[in-house]
Amino acid sequence: MNDRFLKIGVPILFIVAVIAIWEWLVWFYQLPNYRMASPSDLIPKFWQFRELFVVASWETLWRTVVGLALAVAFGTGLGMIMGFSRIAREGLYPLLVGFNAIPKATVVPIVALMFVGQHDFNTVLIAFMISFFPIAVSVSIGLSTLEPEYRDILRALGASKFTIFWKIALPKTLPEFFGALKVAVTLAFIGTNLMEIVSPHGRGLGALFDSGRISADYPLMFAVLFMLAALGILLFYVVVALERIFAGWAERAPS
Amino acid sequence: MTFQIELKGVTHAYRTASGPLPVLDDLSLQIPEHSFCAVVGPSGCGKSTLTRLVSGLMRPDQGEVWLSGQKVTGPRPTVGMAFQNPVLLEWRTILENVLLPLEIVKTPMSRAEGEARARHLLELVGLKGFEGKKPSELSGGMRQRASLCRSIIHKPDVLILDEPFGALDAFTREDLWCTMHDLRAEEPFTCLLITHDLRESVFLADQVVVLSGRPAHAQHILNVDLQGKRSLDDLYSQKAVEMLAVLRHQIQVAQGRVPEGAA
Repeated sequence: MNDRFLKIGVPILFIVAVIAIWEWLVWFYQLPNYRMASPSDLIPKFWQFRELFVVASWETLWRTVVGLALAVAFGTGLGMIMGFSRIAREGLYPLLVGFNAIPKATVVPIVALMFVGQHDFNTVLIAFMISFFPIAVSVSIGLSTLEPEYRDILRALGASKFTIFWKIALPKTLPEFFGALKVAVTLAFIGTNLMEIVSPHGRGLGALFDSGRISADYPLMFAVLFMLAALGILLFYVVVALERIFAGWAERAPS
Repeated sequence: MTFQIELKGVTHAYRTASGPLPVLDDLSLQIPEHSFCAVVGPSGCGKSTLTRLVSGLMRPDQGEVWLSGQKVTGPRPTVGMAFQNPVLLEWRTILENVLLPLEIVKTPMSRAEGEARARHLLELVGLKGFEGKKPSELSGGMRQRASLCRSIIHKPDVLILDEPFGALDAFTREDLWCTMHDLRAEEPFTCLLITHDLRESVFLADQVVVLSGRPAHAQHILNVDLQGKRSLDDLYSQKAVEMLAVLRHQIQVAQGRVPEGAA
């Protein structure tokens, strides 16, 4: 089996298989579409609301990406501080874990009230809040577990802390960073949608989902979920491509 | 006479939770320019501490370390280091790894000269053709060879080797010993080698220093007077066997197993 087929053909085959099983299950049990819409119910909905889908997908996508970008910047910064300073690590970890343990669904109405009317800002904020944690943790672990010899080969030559970070610590942490980013991508989508669904007069796919719920258009709700999954996959593979470029060295040849 | 490396009464202790742990006690060493000094001693006697003090990564509690007639107060670019772990950067090619010190140290070498030198050194240690490979594609012995090239790429006055051959198999190790002699013949440097291997110390060094148990001082200094170009066969000569016997005895004394003077 060649590599190209394995990387592209196999995932597509699996997706098609799952959709076929889904279709078959709905047909076999004769489920009404308010209990379970079938994939064939979704196609007319995509067509009927095609403009809304394009606009809403774009709204959701850009706010997720902005939230994620903020999470990367903030998470990396926080991870650096925690990776280099033991005091910061010991002090910040419980706070961070506590913050992360708060279900973001409960934060959404609070934020929506706090910055009432600022829908874009609120959505980006929740996407950011939900996704920076894995990035901060992975960067801090990557930096704090750097073997001392790696530092010493440059330090013995009189290199500055910044040079050591730039030439060794940062690239060495990249594989962990990208691992965390893959988790963060899907989390950020959850954050964006929570806000879009909960906010009154929200926009994006979450709001489209909510309008499907209000008008009892169940196939539309399923269609939105399908779209969200597709966007999630898209963004995930963007991260995979970036990983290939920046941390491709960490990937061992298949054996 | 000034020495390339000189330790004057170096005393050092680590601060641990259960109080200070003295590792070096009034240690004095003198290593002339372009000579090779091996340091042997029982496990945990402070040998690695010694390398960190000489390289300026740490400062001693008491006493002084001098390099090239200057007191060591911190890291300096005229030092090269290699460890048991070759610590190559996996995202760089072998050539880029060897060139790393030139990105830190200011040298009169241009980029092209540095690269030519790196290629030459790699050829000398038998890594010709591997310049563009990643470290993960090389064996442990080959990685250590690349690490040695990196440690001398910037023409350091002093080379500090902390058990660089310790993790290699016996044949690879002997191969690398010969490589060390080749490198020294090509360009002289002053070398301080930490090792557990007595045969290695006799084969490579001009003087072997036996450290006592912790806290360590120089318990015995053996001058290795094997003349001319050394070959592995010399290790089986009468002279070498006698020297090894002396060193073995001194190690046992250092470990506290036999009293000084008993044979």
